[in-house]
Amino acid sequence: MSKDLSPKLSVENFPDHQVITQPNPLRKMIRRVAENDPDDPIARAEKALQELSSEFDGWMENECDRLASAHTAMEMNRGDTGTREELLRAAHDIKGSAATFGYPTAAVAAESLCRIIEHAPDFDQVPPELIAHHVNAIQAIVRENDRIDALGVSAQLSKKLRSVADEYLAHVNRDRPEHLEAILAPSIIPLD
Amino acid sequence: MYRIDFNKLRFLVCDDNAHMRRILRTLLHSFGAREVYEAEDGATALEMFTHYVPDIVITDWLMPIFDGLELAQMIRQPGGKGNPFAPIIMLTGHSEKRRVTVARDAGVTEFLAKPISAKGLYQRILNVVASPRPYIRTKNYFGPDRRRNTVNAYIGPERRNGGKAEVLQQPSLMDKAKVAG
Repeated sequence: MSKDLSPKLSVENFPDHQVITQPNPLRKMIRRVAENDPDDPIARAEKALQELSSEFDGWMENECDRLASAHTAMEMNRGDTGTREELLRAAHDIKGSAATFGYPTAAVAAESLCRIIEHAPDFDQVPPELIAHHVNAIQAIVRENDRIDALGVSAQLSKKLRSVADEYLAHVNRDRPEHLEAILAPSIIPLD
Repeated sequence: MYRIDFNKLRFLVCDDNAHMRRILRTLLHSFGAREVYEAEDGATALEMFTHYVPDIVITDWLMPIFDGLELAQMIRQPGGKGNPFAPIIMLTGHSEKRRVTVARDAGVTEFLAKPISAKGLYQRILNVVASPRPYIRTKNYFGPDRRRNTVNAYIGPERRNGGKAEVLQQPSLMDKAKVAG
């Protein structure tokens, strides 16, 4: 699989750095079209995603099962970094994908769980019930989505969990200013 | 108006989550891409990067073996195999400000926070195809120019000396990351 990797580089030298420019190797991939060009690649992709969405409920359940398994393994092997990392990866994947799958409040609860795992100074000292409440809430939101979401319960549940987790993290990191700053910094993704 | 000929672009997608890879593949194929290679960890992605010579790398951050940040660092490493100028789009569930900075300092070209959207992904690809930035080599950095604003008052430790600061007027990585998909 070969591609031309030898574009003509232009290098400007400065006392402590170089500025390197090359002719845009991807320029030939751009083409001009009429303003009224009916082809809309974004709309086409959104439609394809919509067609894929029939799979999302099943995928979300898979992600939940993975989270529950990771939680069980972590509880059985407290102190093992491998199980903790798998719990983080499972929660992190839900944080990143749940909104796409139609479960935005599960993403909020998963983000809260990720923050606990990432910012607790000693994960083994985190109250087990705080972790369990997050895992159970995510499962409830996904499994009972139609019933509890109609009542707005899932949003309230996620918000409450986040609030409790933030309070815990602020307390245990009170002497760790760099973590405190990261915990209190606003997310680049709006929560609501 | 400009469009990208996706059918001429070669993509490498790296994400340990099979569902997310499927979504990315669906979006890229819908845009018109034909060549989409997939890896489920950083080590495999690095091998595929050398073998397939992709035009654009889209990688997750948190992955087993070695993660997306390490992948970006390996790609940008001087003397490494493959094209060190390849655009890297970091697609991640991380949504903290400091993560954007860390990704930028690892040589990531664009940052896209999940949840993913067709519009967000298309815009990042359009950016790297249509508006590539010069590359900067310092003693501890190699990657796309991190300057996107004409802030001459910057006095941080990594302030570059000598020469006029040539700045492409673009929104900062942080501002772009904040734009929901």
